[in-house]
Amino acid sequence: MSEPYSSPSADVMIQFDRVVKKFGDHVVLRELNFSVKPGEFVTLIGPSGSGKTTILRLLMTLEQVDGGTIQVCGDYLSHMQRGGRFVPADERYLRARRKRIGMVFQQFNLFPNMNVLQNVTEAPVRSLGLSKADAAERARDLLDMVGLSDKVQAHPMRLSGGQQQRVAIARALAMRPQVLLLDEVTSALDPELVAGVLSVLKEIARTTDITFLCVTHEMQFARDVSDRVMMFDKGQVIEDAPPEQLFTQPAHERTRSFLHAVIDRSG
Amino acid sequence: MNFEWSGVWDAMPTMLDGLLVALTATGIGYVIALVLGLVFAFMRRSESRWISMPVGFLVEFIRSTPLLVQLFFFFYVLPLIGISVSPLATGAFALGLHYATYTSEVYRAGIDGVPQGQWEASTALNLSTRRTWTNVILPQAIPRVVPALGNYVIAMFKDTPQLLAITVVEMLGGAIAIGSETFRYSEPIAAAGLVYLVVALLMAWVARMVERRYGQVRV
Ligand SMILES: Nc1ncnc2c1ncn2[C@@H]1O[C@H](COP(=O)(O)OP(=O)(O)O)[C@@H](O)[C@H]1O
Ligand SMILES: [Mg+2]
Repeated sequence: MSEPYSSPSADVMIQFDRVVKKFGDHVVLRELNFSVKPGEFVTLIGPSGSGKTTILRLLMTLEQVDGGTIQVCGDYLSHMQRGGRFVPADERYLRARRKRIGMVFQQFNLFPNMNVLQNVTEAPVRSLGLSKADAAERARDLLDMVGLSDKVQAHPMRLSGGQQQRVAIARALAMRPQVLLLDEVTSALDPELVAGVLSVLKEIARTTDITFLCVTHEMQFARDVSDRVMMFDKGQVIEDAPPEQLFTQPAHERTRSFLHAVIDRSG
Repeated sequence: MNFEWSGVWDAMPTMLDGLLVALTATGIGYVIALVLGLVFAFMRRSESRWISMPVGFLVEFIRSTPLLVQLFFFFYVLPLIGISVSPLATGAFALGLHYATYTSEVYRAGIDGVPQGQWEASTALNLSTRRTWTNVILPQAIPRVVPALGNYVIAMFKDTPQLLAITVVEMLGGAIAIGSETFRYSEPIAAAGLVYLVVALLMAWVARMVERRYGQVRV
């Protein structure tokens, strides 16, 4: 295992410290460092295949690091302390830390064996121990907020992609996460459905103190909601700046060419 | 050739006795196949090679050898290791074990057919492994496996005549016994075939009903 490099601190929500991630011989993250403050909205941009999803999956504990450490809320995510030594985290430790983190996927991943309401109440009941009535009340409020109060009893597969993604957002919020990870949540949507999902997210970012780490190709959205934008390429953050600065006067040549390519593609 | 329909009719009481034996073997064997198949499927998914490899080998081995060989094997080996059960119980067990190797593949395919994203969403929602299985994965896997599992109950029923090899007399055995007494084989064997046909068709019909109720729902 790797040694912890810095002690946990409370004024950062997410801390990547020299994180290495490999798939076979393919090094996706090479000693990646970055941190996110509580309540910040940070957008991650970068070429396809560069490892943005991998960063979010590591945070969601869907992947394990090959080196370095990740802290969330001052706690190590990948390692736990046992008898004064750091050892790889076990399932119980992970479940306790995972509570703080939610994720919305590109492909929604709603549960097709449950209706919309059950999708949103399942985890609060089973994992947080809420009563069914409390969970249902919470779910109805959230579905109302994402504009789907009339679809409570619907089967998720009968909804449009945009509606499914809004259910997925409500489902993640029902767990009251401190950190919400968004992985290209509008990439699988028909163009006319994108705006509805983004406006819901904007509203959540504005009205809650959730910390966001967001991967997106929607540059206008990123510009509107982000406190900070990180340009990620070849396993490292190559530029990290407020959106006005990064989008108007990128310091790095690779950022410039990437932004050109994205803006050309979206017209 | 003279074929007497009355001979078919006369064989029916014996056929019904035999049917009871065949249905008992199928019923017990099927429950074994359903449960053991699921156990095999889980063990083959185990992260420990010490579990998944031997079970994988066992499943391939059983599947690649004839049922008849397995019937003889258990018939002669079980008493040697101190297990004395009736030939019918031995036959039902052998049938169940044999078909468990098929059902385990069905389960495996059904479980693998649930998209990876369902596991990931469950983790992201912090559901426990047990809840993920019971509330997310199996409810999606079961509808995928119901049609194939239904077919195996019929296949299993049609394999019961092989139990004759270990002295279990069901319909075919009954028919041959009548033949050896009366020296007329065609009528009792026709009777046995008729009963197989009717029961297999009935089972197929029931399987279709179950499938319609619990099988894959297209939306
Ligand atoms: N499970 C995996 N096995 C092997 N390679 C993977 C796996 N997941 C991702 N990769 C590889 O890691 C790299 C980064 O992938 P990803 O994080 O999905 O990039 P991005 O989200 O930026 O498009 C890609 O080259 C991808 O092929
Ligand atoms: Mg990606």
